[in-house]
Amino acid sequence: MRVLVGVKRVVDYAVKVRVKPDKTGVITEGVQHSINPFDEIALEEAVKLKEKKAATEVVAFSMGGPKCQEVLRTALAKGADKAIHIEVPDADASKLEPLHVARALKKIIENDKFDAVFLGKQAIDDDANQTGSLIAGILDWPQALYASKVEPDGKYLKVTREIDGGLDTIKVSLPAVLSADLRLNEPRYATLPNIMKAKKKPLEKKSAKDLGIDVTPQTKVLEVSEPPVRQAGGFVDDVSALITKLKEKGFIKA
Amino acid sequence: MAASLARVATVPSSRSIPHIIYSDGHRQIQKSLSQLIEKEINVNVDEWERQSIFPAHTVFRKLGRLGVFGANKPTKYGGLGLDFSYSCAISETMGSIHCGAIPMAVSVQSDMATPALSLFGSEYLKNEFLTPSISGELVSCIAVSEPGAGSDVAGIKTFAHRNNGGDWVLNGHKMWITNGGQADWACVLANTNNEGGIHRNKSLFCVRLDSPGVHRNTSSIRKFGMHSSDTAEIFFDDVIVPSANLIGEEGRGFFYQMMQFQDERLVTVAVSLEPLQRCLDLTMEYTRERKSFGKSISDNQVVQFRLAEMKIELESLRALLYRAVTERIQGSDVTLLASMAKLKCGRLSREITDTCLQYHGGYGFTWDCPITRMHRDLRLFSIGAGTDEMMLSIVSRHLLSK
Repeated sequence: MRVLVGVKRVVDYAVKVRVKPDKTGVITEGVQHSINPFDEIALEEAVKLKEKKAATEVVAFSMGGPKCQEVLRTALAKGADKAIHIEVPDADASKLEPLHVARALKKIIENDKFDAVFLGKQAIDDDANQTGSLIAGILDWPQALYASKVEPDGKYLKVTREIDGGLDTIKVSLPAVLSADLRLNEPRYATLPNIMKAKKKPLEKKSAKDLGIDVTPQTKVLEVSEPPVRQAGGFVDDVSALITKLKEKGFIKA
Repeated sequence: MAASLARVATVPSSRSIPHIIYSDGHRQIQKSLSQLIEKEINVNVDEWERQSIFPAHTVFRKLGRLGVFGANKPTKYGGLGLDFSYSCAISETMGSIHCGAIPMAVSVQSDMATPALSLFGSEYLKNEFLTPSISGELVSCIAVSEPGAGSDVAGIKTFAHRNNGGDWVLNGHKMWITNGGQADWACVLANTNNEGGIHRNKSLFCVRLDSPGVHRNTSSIRKFGMHSSDTAEIFFDDVIVPSANLIGEEGRGFFYQMMQFQDERLVTVAVSLEPLQRCLDLTMEYTRERKSFGKSISDNQVVQFRLAEMKIELESLRALLYRAVTERIQGSDVTLLASMAKLKCGRLSREITDTCLQYHGGYGFTWDCPITRMHRDLRLFSIGAGTDEMMLSIVSRHLLSK
């Protein structure tokens, strides 16, 4: 089984995100970036499958500006065998949408045979949660989204999914699309020897333009704004004072 | 103004201008290490500080698996075979641990107890002690200081003589030994002959600390700072050390040890940069938010100018370190630069932590304020790895001997 894993470069989860003064987006200049945490989980699962000999090769994929190579190198250090970077100019990178990424994935899969696409369930920057379903739709492959457990089973993957009120276990035939949920695994740290070895692993660069991928935006960002600042709270002496207050404010019926 | 200071403070991984000594490889190593520090170490630091001990074997195994102990050690023994700039990068990132004790414990293992072993030790010794120390399976310490010999290394009294079987019999008393309570082995400096004079009568040994005759005392040393650091007194009472455990040649121990000291100094400087920057960051944040007499503390020009000045000093120290590291990689003797940087590091550690504590007012005097731990821990940097006074005497000797 050859697995293609999508890794998106996003603002690191620990960074306090700030909105640009002109409200067109968030500040990314000089800010720590990392692999989208959910993609890291997807990658870890693919690497684990390879370690269990259930997968033969793990290829990391990223679409975006030149700096995406940083996250691809990290993916290589964490166990991917090779990496593919679909480059778009920095100016276009922030306007990429899930559909563009799904189209790029399709191009790659047309050129090279893969048995599965692993992705994070969503990226922590736009929280779109669309790429997995889109690529499954475009390729007409079965999808197993929000995976919390993956068991290879011959030509199938048995996948446990977290759904409201319980767990849903499904079996999808390969090739298939899988998206990783938070509890699927705990990603490893890139070890220093592997970081050094990753420098020698192949990283293929292709431009979106050469591949003929249309990246014309379909959505326009009108405004990005900070969430409202939380107001300071107050203390009440006891339960009855609390109820009186809540009634006063109209939060509960008198 | 304080706001713009904060913006130049951090050097993000995604910067496009090449760093003066760090490549993308250094950056990636730093990033992976800081992820491990955040998730596995910093969450436990407060508890370990309260308990006055951290579990060295558990922490070292985690760090060893990542590869931090062997940056510039040969790949044959599990190291990475990289140059000293990687040791420097790793040490800088170790500084992001929220206490001084753990970075110190780590640098003892990577840059104090093992360099001589790695360069001069026999194949047998390296397999026995170096490989498992690089992987983090074993914890090591460097046993040089004694009750009567700290900076005055040549004045140690510990003695090893050969017995009839050709093995060594070690007797002595070592003091202030970091990792000493939990360590599996010690790199011990001892006098081994009476003829060579104080610089030619010493040897370095790898000594297993479970050997009969080794006694350790950790309970009686209550320290001002570095609370979770495992500081011990070690007694050697007729301890038999196999002849194969001698590092390099007999009588060369003093020279090997002096060489180990240079790296120790540079690494100490590298470890100090992060906490000092953190002190400034916390103080900028606090003085912006804290209001008094109707304005922020940071609206006072005296505060702004002090912060600016300390930031300039810190960046100068960083520049001096990077120059020393560059020259060391090129093979130059960096004793002078390392001593200058180490002195500046000690002085600045006191100045920055003290001033920042002051600007935190009453809160700055509480146990919960993160500045106070840095104030206590970094105070050691004027004493450990060579006192300020030793650094001054080395620098002045260099100046006046010309």
